[in-house]
Amino acid sequence: MSIQTPEAPTTLPPAAPLDTANRSRRSVFVRRPFFTIALIVAVAYLVAAIFAPQVAPFDPVQQDFNVMMQPPTAAHLFGTDSYGQDILSRVIYGARFALIIGIFAVLIGAAGGLVIGLAAGLSGGGSEWALMRLIDAILALPSLILAVAFIAILGQGVDKVVIAVGLSMIGPFARTVRGDVLQVRVQLFIEAAQLMSIPYLRVVWRHVLPNVIFPLAVQVTIRISEAILVSSSLSFLGIGVTPPTPDWGLMIAEGRDFVSFAPWMSAMPGFALALLLIALTIVGDGIREEFDPKLRKDP
Amino acid sequence: MTLPPQAPNAPPVQPIFELIEVEQVFEVPKPGRPLFSRDTVGLRALDGVRLSIRKGTSLAIVGESGSGKSTLLRVLLGLDKPSGGRALYRGKPIGEARAQGTDFARDVAMVYQDARGSLDPRMTIGAILAEPLRHFNIVPPEGEAQRIAHLLDRVGLPVDAAERFPSGLSGGQVRRVAIARALASEPSVLVADEAVSGLDVSTQAQLLTLLQSLQRDMGLTLAFITHDLGVASYLCEEIAIMYLGRIVETGPTDAVLNAPAHPYSAALRAAAPQFFEPLSEPLPGEIPSPLDLPKGCRFSTRCPVAQSDCQSKDPQLGKLGSGRAVACIHPITQA
Ligand SMILES: Nc1ncnc2c1ncn2[C@@H]1O[C@H](COP(=O)(O)OP(=O)(O)OP(=O)(O)O)[C@@H](O)[C@H]1O
Ligand code: SF4
Ligand SMILES: [Mg+2]
Repeated sequence: MSIQTPEAPTTLPPAAPLDTANRSRRSVFVRRPFFTIALIVAVAYLVAAIFAPQVAPFDPVQQDFNVMMQPPTAAHLFGTDSYGQDILSRVIYGARFALIIGIFAVLIGAAGGLVIGLAAGLSGGGSEWALMRLIDAILALPSLILAVAFIAILGQGVDKVVIAVGLSMIGPFARTVRGDVLQVRVQLFIEAAQLMSIPYLRVVWRHVLPNVIFPLAVQVTIRISEAILVSSSLSFLGIGVTPPTPDWGLMIAEGRDFVSFAPWMSAMPGFALALLLIALTIVGDGIREEFDPKLRKDP
Repeated sequence: MTLPPQAPNAPPVQPIFELIEVEQVFEVPKPGRPLFSRDTVGLRALDGVRLSIRKGTSLAIVGESGSGKSTLLRVLLGLDKPSGGRALYRGKPIGEARAQGTDFARDVAMVYQDARGSLDPRMTIGAILAEPLRHFNIVPPEGEAQRIAHLLDRVGLPVDAAERFPSGLSGGQVRRVAIARALASEPSVLVADEAVSGLDVSTQAQLLTLLQSLQRDMGLTLAFITHDLGVASYLCEEIAIMYLGRIVETGPTDAVLNAPAHPYSAALRAAAPQFFEPLSEPLPGEIPSPLDLPKGCRFSTRCPVAQSDCQSKDPQLGKLGSGRAVACIHPITQA
């Protein structure tokens, strides 16, 4: 009996051509019309917020008692409020506050969540247990309640709202980061790096972090709308930013007493808020579906 | 007083790896334990493994699924400490060698079976290859790009693969990248777990040719796990056949496969008349659970030539002729 060794080729044939990674996929904007519309809306808000002084027809805090509580007219497209302030201008400036508060609060939440989630996911054992119970305890409360508690400690004002809303979002971020870390740290490429005797912290920095940062960035875009909603709720409750700041929540609250005969006072900022939240949610979902391979339908 | 006589044909070279009676017992939940009970039983994934790997040799480790091949590799790589016995690398315990700086990690490189999973999906191929180059200070920074191009060329990939991500490469190409990364640290030992399985035959053949030429040109020591006797005989000078956590036969591949001494090797050989076909159902009878090893010889439940004493004595791997060893009380002798 003899071993027959099949003739293996003696010269190495060239490897098959590389897959063209950038297969001509149809553009995201064509495939996702709602995403495109939502993105345009969100960008419009952003532009309005950045260029508010140029775009707004009036000073948002300029009171004019001659034009108090006017319904929408050619001069005041969204009408005026009980102090005669131009609601359109206030809504435009309000976008500024909404976006600033939303973005910075989410960044605080994401940064805190990243640190705690990484620590929990990597430590394991007793310290992980303690951290996660802490997060569970925090998570048991809705972010709004938590934000109210932080405001009670910190006091009012735009900066305080940013911090309070940011702190209240650390819990959910920490939880998702920890979940991702737990998934990544058992991956083979982590073991392969450790096999090369690469120091642990460098493995975390080079291999764990990049693989959790990306899903985190997607989370950030999704949760901006939540932060805006919580901050507006705080203002609506009268414990967020202080008047006469042109904040949507505050404006809705101010218009509440006049709702039966001057509904535009609440409706205009309410509509602005709702539209932005919807647009941000659609944009966030689109980004997630586009980049999360697990959710991607077409190859 | 006289020195112990030295075998004339055994030069006193120290093997690269030496495993002496290595055991690896995993505590696993006891089957059928009641809910909330913490009863565990020992699973003997490795049991009395004796193996020595000489410098420059190529060794195939063959065995059915669950025979402990991957567990053996993890011990060789120092990823797991064996629960019994001694595992030595150039005469030093592997754990110690690994703990002392980066020399062991540089010298012993690994190619994973799941090559794609072993590459960071967020890194380009270039960055993946640069990692060991930088970590072990293989080339000065200005020579890095050139070395990466050289490595890619060595494994038969185009240079522009450096800019791609693993997800943009095919299965065979990803294995090549994994091999290139293993070679980047200029190792002297290459350890590979099923490095060619699951690929189509022509890709397998290309990779085998590549591995063989690498082994020859660079004088690599190769430890290669495979299911496939054809791969073993093509690539490896030596073979170690595992059954239920023990190496039951070792020796030069041709000699062992042409004239198996252990009934299990013979059965494997007979079940694979066509090489380059994975072993599907090699043997009649079920492989016993490693939780409940048969008394005496572990192969006695399936052995066609078992005799009465096989149930009472557990044969260890013992010498049988030149360079061969077998763990059987009644080895098959060629008539
Ligand atoms: N970490 C572990 N904990 C418990 N049992 C384990 C562990 N690792 C391996 N085993 C068991 O040890 C035995 C040998 O496993 P191993 O992975 O080494 O087999 P293998 O020969 O590599 O199989 P395959 O060819 O399927 O890869 C198996 O019964 C397996 O269930
Ligand atoms: S010892 Fe006995 S049972 Fe075991 S392989 Fe040899 S002949 Fe078979
Ligand atoms: Mg295995």
